[in-house]
Amino acid sequence: MIRVFLPSQLDDYTEGAREQSFALQAPPEGSLTLKDVIEALEMRFRGLAFRVVDEHGNIRRHIAMFVGETMVRDLSAPVNPDSRVQIVGALSGG
Amino acid sequence: MSKQVLLVGTRKGAWKIESDANRSQWKIAGPMHLGAVVSHYVADPRRPGVELMSVGSGHLGPSVYMSKDYGETWAEASKPPAFSPEPNGSNRSVDHVFWLTPGHASEPDVWYAGTSPQGLFRSSDGGDTWDEVLGFNHHPDFLQWRGGDKDGTPDGPKLHSVIVDHSDKAHLLVGMSSGGIFESFDEGKTWAPLNSGVAMDFYPPKEDGSEYEFGHDPHCLVMHPVHANRLYHQNHCGLYAMDRAQGKRWSRIGDNMPREVGDIGFPIVVHPRDPERIWVFPMDGSGQWPRTSPGGKPAVFHSRDGGASFERQANGFPAEQAWWTVKRQCMALDQEPTVGLYVGTTNGQLWGSSDEGASWHGIAMDLPQIFSIEVGRLP
Repeated sequence: MIRVFLPSQLDDYTEGAREQSFALQAPPEGSLTLKDVIEALEMRFRGLAFRVVDEHGNIRRHIAMFVGETMVRDLSAPVNPDSRVQIVGALSGG
Repeated sequence: MSKQVLLVGTRKGAWKIESDANRSQWKIAGPMHLGAVVSHYVADPRRPGVELMSVGSGHLGPSVYMSKDYGETWAEASKPPAFSPEPNGSNRSVDHVFWLTPGHASEPDVWYAGTSPQGLFRSSDGGDTWDEVLGFNHHPDFLQWRGGDKDGTPDGPKLHSVIVDHSDKAHLLVGMSSGGIFESFDEGKTWAPLNSGVAMDFYPPKEDGSEYEFGHDPHCLVMHPVHANRLYHQNHCGLYAMDRAQGKRWSRIGDNMPREVGDIGFPIVVHPRDPERIWVFPMDGSGQWPRTSPGGKPAVFHSRDGGASFERQANGFPAEQAWWTVKRQCMALDQEPTVGLYVGTTNGQLWGSSDEGASWHGIAMDLPQIFSIEVGRLP
């Protein structure tokens, strides 16, 4: 299971839930990416994705995303079926 | 007289403030969306109870929220304003929705939105889904009109003052800071600049002596709600009026302001019935551009003759050492026979006047920085 940890800034979407789990399978040709995780979140919490990713698929400036302990700036970052993903409100946002 | 309600958007959420019938006692309700950046909070004049609010955040992307019950409950737009790739290859993203305008009375589900960076959007379903006005956002000259990164205002370039002519739903006007004022007569399909006569002190004069057609910095544009030919605008470089019946050239009425005050500022409002009467709130645009009340002495200036002369209205405001100012959406008036005026300040104070600016009293003194004030509707 991919475990996703969510920030308080998204409480309005998640009703306060700070952790979600997803059983995602890699496509037959290719591998799972962070984009798949965001799409899974959007399926569960409609409207959430646009608040953290802009209209061109870029992670918003004041949002940080981690796969494991590595900060990633691109949704093409690979994830594993048992990755830990964390979304946080970046310090730059105030 | 009747009760009034003010819709207040701030840097940290939104509030509703309701008066008694004399507009002397006020009751504050809120906050709504505590912590969110609310650039504009607007009531629909066409549908009782409908309100729209632009909701941003220090962290999250922009959105629009809708209420059908006077702000009791809110639903988020399912498709907020967002840019498509531009023909020139640039991929801008909406940072915040800065401005909301209800559409024409004959189209009660239509709304317009202006964004930062500059973009114009339209909703045909009451604000739930938003599409670009491509005739504007993808105009072949749009990149020239809006300029580059150095042409933006300190907290981001903006499209504001979206105006739908009450007498002609196809006639639209918008202001861009920067970019200038633009006008459409076909509901946004085609556009032309409307900046003749406006100073542009932040650019060198053209060598051939001609005027710049665009690139100006209007701060706030208003059309009289009855006499559609009468336009006023407060610019980064002065205060202007235009009578479309007389032509398409702006006249700098700010030259008639006291020289020691100047004619720089953000907001301007026009009397709901008398097109000759306007109010502005000047700020200090001298030297380092402190953008404070000139001399630390806040005052509204009122003209009764279309800008030929101005009178200072400061009774009730601090007499000195008050360094706040008033942003472009932060001045409003009601429709009462004796018009009530309202200003919201950069330090979170909301002031009101129930005698057309002759005297002022504090309504709420401890709100967050105020970004917008609109007069709403009561059930």
